[in-house]
Amino acid sequence: MMADTLVLTPQQIIRKKAAGEPIQPDDSEMTRKHTIVVLVENSIGAFIRVINMFSARGFNIDSVTVGPTEDSSVSRMNIATVGNSRIIAQVLRQLSRLVDTIEVTDLTTTDYVERELCLLKVCYTKDSRSEILDVSDIFRGKVVDITKKTMTFELRGPSQKIDAFIDMMLPHNIVEVARSGRVAMQRDI
Amino acid sequence: MKYDVHTKVQPVVTGDALPKVRPELTTKGQHMSGAEILLRSLEAEGVKIVFGHPGGAVIHVYDEMHRIKPQFEHILVRHEQGGTHAAEGYAKATGKVGTVLVTSGPGATNTVTGIADAYMDSVPIVVFTGQVPTGLIGNDAFQECDAIGISRSITKHSYLVRDVSDLARTVKEAYHIARTGRPGPVLVDLPKDVLLAKGPFVYPETVNMRGYAVPAEGRVEKLERAAQMIEESERPLFYVGGGAVNSDSSELLTDIARHTGIPVTTTLHGLGAFPEDDTLALRMLGMHGTWWANQAIQHCDLIIAVGARFDDRVTGKLDSWAPHAKVIHIEIDQSCISKNVFADCAILGNVRNVLEQLRPMVKPKDTTEWLKQIDVWRQECPLKYEQDGKLRAQGVIENLRDKTNGDAVVITDVGQHQMWTAQYFRFLHSRTHITSGGLGTMGFGMPAAMGAAFGMREIGSSRPVVCISGDGGFVMNAQEMSVAAAHKLPLKLAVINNRFLGMVRQWQELFHKERYSHTDLSDTNPDFVKLAEANHCVGLRATTPEECRQIIDEAWKVTDRPALMEFQVAKEEMVFPMVPAGAATGEMITDRMTPNSFV
Ligand SMILES: Cc1ncc(C[n+]2csc(CCOP(=O)(O)OP(=O)(O)O)c2C)c(N)n1
Repeated sequence: MMADTLVLTPQQIIRKKAAGEPIQPDDSEMTRKHTIVVLVENSIGAFIRVINMFSARGFNIDSVTVGPTEDSSVSRMNIATVGNSRIIAQVLRQLSRLVDTIEVTDLTTTDYVERELCLLKVCYTKDSRSEILDVSDIFRGKVVDITKKTMTFELRGPSQKIDAFIDMMLPHNIVEVARSGRVAMQRDI
Repeated sequence: MKYDVHTKVQPVVTGDALPKVRPELTTKGQHMSGAEILLRSLEAEGVKIVFGHPGGAVIHVYDEMHRIKPQFEHILVRHEQGGTHAAEGYAKATGKVGTVLVTSGPGATNTVTGIADAYMDSVPIVVFTGQVPTGLIGNDAFQECDAIGISRSITKHSYLVRDVSDLARTVKEAYHIARTGRPGPVLVDLPKDVLLAKGPFVYPETVNMRGYAVPAEGRVEKLERAAQMIEESERPLFYVGGGAVNSDSSELLTDIARHTGIPVTTTLHGLGAFPEDDTLALRMLGMHGTWWANQAIQHCDLIIAVGARFDDRVTGKLDSWAPHAKVIHIEIDQSCISKNVFADCAILGNVRNVLEQLRPMVKPKDTTEWLKQIDVWRQECPLKYEQDGKLRAQGVIENLRDKTNGDAVVITDVGQHQMWTAQYFRFLHSRTHITSGGLGTMGFGMPAAMGAAFGMREIGSSRPVVCISGDGGFVMNAQEMSVAAAHKLPLKLAVINNRFLGMVRQWQELFHKERYSHTDLSDTNPDFVKLAEANHCVGLRATTPEECRQIIDEAWKVTDRPALMEFQVAKEEMVFPMVPAGAATGEMITDRMTPNSFV
């Protein structure tokens, strides 16, 4: 996909308006969530350069995960970010340009699966115990630790599901939440 | 495959012919210290000159240098910033990679400005910094600083060498990265224990970096589209940047422009890529560009951008820039495409490769009407300054041009004199105009001129090297004068002394109601003639147009050391025309009488 066919600069929009040409609603202005997968050389330096590029150029990062792949010399970074199509095109180009990046893919434009892992510790009482377990059941959570006062759940799924789970647990007394950040992979066609 | 990179992975030969590995130097597997491996690698890379300054972390490198007498010259600079600018000047004048060697801590931090400058202006340099031993890294050891961390966002790439067996390969990769693609600075951090450790020396013949692709040829369908857009246009315009110089495309570009009859405007870094005495030359555009170049931009219907990045000093207010133009963008760095200005047709590739492809695809066009219109603008508002018998900076620059017939390597510092040089010198050849454009680094000129002079000497060129500085910026790296003197470089150093930080003064006059806050230098300026003499150079001074011509003649007679010419000029002179920062390109201030709504 060549990005330059998608992207409109503010200047271009003004010109289009002046010429009375239609501007597509998905042109540039719309901000969306994007999941970008970056394969990098397996070194701390490579990882930092990628993150540094985001901060040095003022791009957003919602979450980052990094881990090994089937090839021990390659790490896989999953970067969740937001931006309009113009900004995302810049992000992708800036990422590709780094010496240590081997492959850069924006999964948002493809069919992909996305998962996140969450551990959530919540205080329970005699009264709330069954309700908490009910919620967890609905979300297919798993109790991985229990004490007299707290329960810890493990939950896997798309990020929205985890958001919803945390939302449902909010009325109870959440002690701690740990989220892994999104990992994602393209589906095979 | 990387996103958007469609072109072949293939090193591009720039001004620097790809270095040959000298077989006698690659006695495979010979054991030696890291320090010697470094020196042998530089030899194998074909490095001819290193600008450096010793210190504790690199003392072994200097010791080995003393012992083995490597096949390159080491120039001891007097400040590491000077060293990096010298390497830049050398690189820009010759098209080769500049090399810098400094110690850890303060040695490394002193190179930061030069590295940032090289990053902004795409100058190929490799900076070797010493580092504390690997075991001490992170302990706040004496003269430790995180050179990699500090330089991360101002380098194209950087390396910390942790193992002596990686050293030769790292040097090879560093030069390859600096030289190819969009050139830029590479930093190599060398811990002291790695330099001391022994290992086998094998200089690799090739590099193998799967993540690093160098665009070369453009896509054919894009080129066809571009050729068609050129064919259909009525008022086309070449907008040429530093990429045309870096890829040594000057002749090709000139040929295409003359063949098609399309006029050419250049950016500050594009100066020299197209001969400015050609009738198709519109000279520089942008903030201090010519009236007619900026008018042409505002009225053209096609911009063919060649190795240029639509910098804000060129476009001013983006919304109203080039309102009628479609854009073809020929560019090697994908991140420059559609960054500021949308490219209707983006051709990713090496400028020279793409122009070679484009040449047979374009036909002569009838641009007579368009050129006639541009001529009207040219008459409307020519470059002019007051002719009242006083010595003025513009006049000094014209005299320097006449003395050299425009055939000189001209290095400038940053400020008013830089813009006047761009406006009045008339550059005719590629790589004859060297300046700090992106970062705008005062103090760049003098050391960069020294580097360029070393470069000219190396390639056996007799072109004179002329440095034009302001009195403010010259002092910032004046210490390198004595180095140039020690090496008998016949540099011509013109100091345009207006006793002010002139460019800031201009903004204060135009936009700050003449509140000249801390820009008057009359109390703190040195005696420039004595400064020159103290640094073993010739010092000359002129206060009238007559003396100006005289001291230029005198300076040109000096052949065994630098000659400094101080020109005492009027302080209230201004650079016109001017598009105020953030204003629309159509709204140019052409002289003091222009009603100015920006005060
Ligand atoms: C290192 C650095 N500090 C500050 C500036 C801001 N600045 C830009 S031009 C200028 C004035 C330069 O004065 P001078 O060297 O005398 O040259 P002139 O403008 O008078 O020709 C200044 C201070 C800069 N560009 N670089």
